[in-house]
Amino acid sequence: MRRITLFIVSFITWYLLTWPYNFQTGKMDWQIFFVGLLFSLLAAVLFVEVFTRTPLKFFALKRYFWAVCYIPVLFYYMLLANLDVVYRVIHPKMPIRPGIVRVKTTLKSESAKAALANSITLTPGTLSVDITEDNHLYIHWINVKSTEEEEATKSIVLRFENILKKIFD
Amino acid sequence: MNEVIGIVFFGIGVAFNFFGCLGLVRFPDIYNRLQAGTKCVTFGTIFILLGVLIYSGFTSLGIKAVLCLVFILLTSPTAAHAISKGAHRSGVRLWKESIIDRYREEVKPVEGEKADA
Amino acid sequence: METVLQVYFAVLFLCCFMCIYRIGRGPTAPDRTVAIDILGIVVVGFCALMAIITGKDFYMNVAITWALLSFIGTIALAKYLEGRGFDE
Repeated sequence: MRRITLFIVSFITWYLLTWPYNFQTGKMDWQIFFVGLLFSLLAAVLFVEVFTRTPLKFFALKRYFWAVCYIPVLFYYMLLANLDVVYRVIHPKMPIRPGIVRVKTTLKSESAKAALANSITLTPGTLSVDITEDNHLYIHWINVKSTEEEEATKSIVLRFENILKKIFD
Repeated sequence: MNEVIGIVFFGIGVAFNFFGCLGLVRFPDIYNRLQAGTKCVTFGTIFILLGVLIYSGFTSLGIKAVLCLVFILLTSPTAAHAISKGAHRSGVRLWKESIIDRYREEVKPVEGEKADA
Repeated sequence: METVLQVYFAVLFLCCFMCIYRIGRGPTAPDRTVAIDILGIVVVGFCALMAIITGKDFYMNVAITWALLSFIGTIALAKYLEGRGFDE
């Protein structure tokens, strides 16, 4: 099952990278197509060890619906983050109060934690530094509002956690 | 029409890239530089690649631009995370006017400590 | 249209020079690593604009490859800073 999933994923990637079908003439370049099949098979046989352990999650369509819902949320916060950084860069006195705080997350799986850390890095004023074993994240905050763990968690983590829980768990 | 929208997207992207690099020069310590650089330059490059998609439509160029966009969106925060962790472990301290450093209080650095930056 | 694109190229050149300033000046090694990472992403945008202005598709392949290699190089440098081996 893992091999078949890896084959499908790598073949889709190959198809998007090379795009053998030509829209104007309507012809298919079969040479590239079959080379892609061959190399996807090779990848599926050789590199199955480093692939995910739960391949059935790739076919759960509900996750993709939530992922599409997640894109506008992420985009809105990225826009806010960039305007924030631009304001701090242009301002002649640079109004920054940096520091590293600790927050707690309740997400379980590894990929969900990775997605949470990446989202935190892209959103206003925060940068994830480390994740520990017991579900704590250390976050560099450019404008520290509170040094307590509870309040920092409330203002950094909670706005992503609910929707990420629906995608990954 | 598509070309004009594409050019506007390129303009927004290039402006964010410029402010990100300005932050890279102006901010006082490495963590703040990493924030400015990663956020603004990632967002600017994403806008440039979206502009390529709008400018050229769904040809092979546009589809490659989408692949490149997804790849940058996944890898750029990961690289920033790796650099910040490596810098903190190698003993680079925060800026001298920082408020708090919980990571230093609770996790020991691997190497011997350097002088305060 | 051409003129606007050339202005964009000039601004991106300025961005590259700011990154190079930080690479040369940066007081510690992680500063230089950050500047190299940012320079890689700026060059990806540069290649995308290049594909538009020349109308040749293969500049986009250059951009994708540059993004991959820059990411791997940054990760290797970060591991080196942390004082660990590359195979962890």
